[in-house]
Amino acid sequence: MLNALQTIKEQAAQALAQAGDPKLLDELRVKYLGKKGELTAILKQMGKLSAEERPKVGAFANEVRASIEALIDEKAASIKAEMQSKKLEAEKIDVTMPGKAAPIGKPHPLTKVLDEVKEIFLGMGFSIAEGPEVELDYYNFEALNIPKNHPARDTQDTFYISDNVLLRTQTSPVQIRTMEKQKPPIHVIAPGRVYRSDAVDATHSPLFHQIEGLVVDKGVTMADLKGTLELFVKRLYGEESVVRFRPHHFPFTEPSAELDVQCFACKGEGCRLCKGEGWIEILGCGMVHPKVLSICGIDPEEYSGFAFGMGLERIVMRRYNISDMRLFYENDVRFLNQF
Amino acid sequence: MNLSIRWLQDYVDIGHVSPRAFAEKMTMSGSKVEGYEIEGSEIRNVVVGKLLSVDPHPNAEKLVICKVDVGSGEPIQICTGAHNVKAGDIVPVALDNSDLPGGKHIRKGKLRGEESNGMLCSLGELGLTQHDFPYADEDGIFLLEEPDVQLGQDIQSALGLNDTCVEFEITSNRPDCLSVTGLAREAALTFDVPLNLPKPVVKNTVDDIHNYLSVEVTAPDLCPRYVARMVKNIKIEPSPRWMRERLRASGVRPINNIVDITNYVMLEYGQPMHAFDHKFVEGGKIVVRRANEGETIVTLDGVERTLSPEMLTIADAKKPSAVAGVMGGEYSGIVDDTNMIVFESACFNGPSVRTTAKKLGMRTEASGRFEKQLDPATCIPAVERACELVELLGAGEVIGGMIDVDNADRTERRIPLDPAWINRFIGIEVPVEKMQEILTRLECRIDGGDVIPPSFRLDLEHKADISEEIARFYGYDKIPSTAIRGVANGSYTDKQKFDRSIHAILRAQGLSEISTYSFISPKYYDKIGLPADSSYRNCVVISNPLGEDTSVMRTTTVPSMLEVLSRNYNNRNKAASLYEIGTVYLPREDQELPEETPFITLGAYGNDLDFFSLKGIVETLLNGLGIEGYEFTACSTHPTYHPGRCAVISIGDATLGMIGEVHPAVCENYEIGTRVYLASLSEAVMFAHVAPEKGYTPLPRFPASTRDLALLCEDALPVAELEKAIRGAVGTILEHVSLFDVYRGSQVAEGKKSVAYSLTLRADDRTLTDEEADAAVKRVLKALKTMGVEIRS
Repeated sequence: MLNALQTIKEQAAQALAQAGDPKLLDELRVKYLGKKGELTAILKQMGKLSAEERPKVGAFANEVRASIEALIDEKAASIKAEMQSKKLEAEKIDVTMPGKAAPIGKPHPLTKVLDEVKEIFLGMGFSIAEGPEVELDYYNFEALNIPKNHPARDTQDTFYISDNVLLRTQTSPVQIRTMEKQKPPIHVIAPGRVYRSDAVDATHSPLFHQIEGLVVDKGVTMADLKGTLELFVKRLYGEESVVRFRPHHFPFTEPSAELDVQCFACKGEGCRLCKGEGWIEILGCGMVHPKVLSICGIDPEEYSGFAFGMGLERIVMRRYNISDMRLFYENDVRFLNQF
Repeated sequence: MNLSIRWLQDYVDIGHVSPRAFAEKMTMSGSKVEGYEIEGSEIRNVVVGKLLSVDPHPNAEKLVICKVDVGSGEPIQICTGAHNVKAGDIVPVALDNSDLPGGKHIRKGKLRGEESNGMLCSLGELGLTQHDFPYADEDGIFLLEEPDVQLGQDIQSALGLNDTCVEFEITSNRPDCLSVTGLAREAALTFDVPLNLPKPVVKNTVDDIHNYLSVEVTAPDLCPRYVARMVKNIKIEPSPRWMRERLRASGVRPINNIVDITNYVMLEYGQPMHAFDHKFVEGGKIVVRRANEGETIVTLDGVERTLSPEMLTIADAKKPSAVAGVMGGEYSGIVDDTNMIVFESACFNGPSVRTTAKKLGMRTEASGRFEKQLDPATCIPAVERACELVELLGAGEVIGGMIDVDNADRTERRIPLDPAWINRFIGIEVPVEKMQEILTRLECRIDGGDVIPPSFRLDLEHKADISEEIARFYGYDKIPSTAIRGVANGSYTDKQKFDRSIHAILRAQGLSEISTYSFISPKYYDKIGLPADSSYRNCVVISNPLGEDTSVMRTTTVPSMLEVLSRNYNNRNKAASLYEIGTVYLPREDQELPEETPFITLGAYGNDLDFFSLKGIVETLLNGLGIEGYEFTACSTHPTYHPGRCAVISIGDATLGMIGEVHPAVCENYEIGTRVYLASLSEAVMFAHVAPEKGYTPLPRFPASTRDLALLCEDALPVAELEKAIRGAVGTILEHVSLFDVYRGSQVAEGKKSVAYSLTLRADDRTLTDEEADAAVKRVLKALKTMGVEIRS
């Protein structure tokens, strides 16, 4: 009987080794292990055995069953794996075929860079203030220490609505409106559209964007102005940027300065990009004129502040090597899609 | 302001400073240098030569052969086509391998078989004009008449072409720096060298001015000071070379000795001077008065100008001879037979000069200076300097005496010197002694605790102004850089966050942002089909526009979008999907300033887009922003849109915006040959209707039942009404309703459509029974029946 079991084991192993599909595997399972299978048939004859032989044969029979079961499982797993790999092989695709495009819109380049500037100042604790574009002469000029007939008015050719109302020529009126509304400490930037009656060409537009900044608090110094704007320039243009502050004049700041950044192309040697100067002007700034603080009802003996203003278009043009400002307002999709 | 360095050297010794270092340091102390030019730097290897012989060229009638001594032994041979040369002439010679202005390079060669070892130069070839050397012939070779030139000497030194011209950008608060002496003062402090400003002295005078002239100022508010001196026996001739050179380096054209003297003094002292012929001063009397209404004058440029009473004139007994501070009259100018002249050195009210110049449309060098408000104290040294130069040049005899009508305000300005405040304000620690030194060298007086600025520094008024003087000579670059202190609270406002979400949602749906002008042409309202009485035509009008196209502030952003779509279409771009968040400007009855409110405009063509693509984008935008309960209602009356493909978007009682296909007539106006889809939404209305943030709804615990309905209704019935009826009839257990099919055609009757909905029903607290679901459907059918809608069998 032990021999018969041994034969079953060997035959089963042989048959399984050759089995190639799950259906055959099922048949083999029934043939050897089923209720009417070969192993069961042998076990049914166990009663004929002596008391000594029975446990031996029983044990061997269990061993044979276990080994056949193991072989079947193993074979089932390998058949499954083989079938899956065949299926996967058949499903192979050319992954270099183009993707199914999901459309994505682009920000206007002015918005893209402005967002970056806003993030930098938000990170430094500034909020974003807004003001009207159609503005009173008072806010655009008078309150900024630029009275009627002041020569500084000539540098900003103004569109007038009436004697008293104009299109703002700068974002600086937002300084006044902010100080009228809010008591110090004040940390704001005010980006927006400004208007000057310049005919359109590659570097002029009657409408462009400025970003104004204002800080007013107790004990604000010109050193703070330098530190803040240097940090801004390094964030915008990179840590290695070299800047300089040079004296300038604005009626509403005193002392006033312009901030230049060393020419990226020639590192200060002078080249075509910087018109031989080695430096590129980025923004105007200064300590808020005590007269302006007083006009806004802030005591200049108690508070001091600084302000700055920069042109967005020029920053964007430099950033992307755009040489013609008109592209911003023409909005050709071949231009817009590049940002 | 162009500055001659040689001229500057008269007052400060900066010989050791290179032009580049000069430019950099002056810039950093507040006098911005725009650039500098070293005269003659484009010229190389051009020397003084003497023509030894001039012979005809054997092979060319128009050429001559010259033997030229260039100071180096053997004479050289040069061919020239010029005919004004003869043996003995001294000429500029460009040798072999030399450079001339404009990048011209000279090499030796053969001209018609004869050797030519260079070129004889004309004025023009050296970059000069007859104004620089009045005796020279413009058409031929420049025949030098300069004394003391050596053969072989570089032409630059022979002609005095060795100055450096520095161009400054002087800010409007510093008219004193529009002068050689003003910049010398700044340079002395910048380079820490002594300043030497000699006082002009007139040595000999004849006669007395009062025998010839009297001056009356009837408008002292507009003319704080009027100073006059006279010169007789004038000899009009060219100025000497040194003066011409300095004028040239300063960008001023030499004319004749008297005119040149007035320009020279203006450049040196910053004080505009006017010289006029005494014989045209009728009655020997100058009256400085306001113009009479309608009075006319022909100015030096030959144009007749009509004056008005707010303008100041320099008149004689009868008529105006000059517009004060702006321009002289034509007839009173210096002519060749002028014998006796008056030098006027006056100070006028700045704003008045500015207004006059602007009204007459004639900005001149003088008016540009006067309008910045000059110092009355400079009138005297300036006129003295002019007379000194007359003597020096031998241009005439200075008449004794001076007329000085002085109404200037001499009130001293005292500004407290507060070193602690200054140090705190700037963030530095400069000792008081250093501050005093800087201020003293700027010619401020320190008196007790006060700073008294010099009369020419009208810009110094406040201690902040004093702090700037300290800061710029201490060095802006030496001020430390510190971080701002205190609690900063930077964040976007809710409105700004809302704005950012709009950008993000629209871009994620494939729309790109545009940026357009805020001003448009009033004709654009016609282009978008608005009727003549449309309220949109009531807009903010610019009184001095650049042109009609940019003359009114827009009340709608639609034309801007259509303009951009048209440009893209006509640039042959196949498709465009764009948006803009743009402001419109709406006049208000009761206020001076208009309401400025942002609109979101979407515009698109191409890409198989249709009305529903754009509607989907708008819905996604509104849903994404948390705006609920909006409705689209058909609108057939808006002239910009296709009458059958346009909807008003509303929320409650408020109108959110419009959406539709653009009317073909409007497309035609914009030369767009395809269907265009457009939507315009009020950001303010949207922002006002953002639903408040809600708590979370637990995930459903009970299963849903679904029911599909196929309905038959009039084709004209908007499906929105069906949906509204379904929602109303089912009630709270309606989780979702979706339209999944609309059919018109042979299977349904003419004028009808079949509409299929799928309803998802669910209760929060129990599993719905089939009976409940069927009952809901029954309610729906009953409700729809009243609208004439049947179930399709």
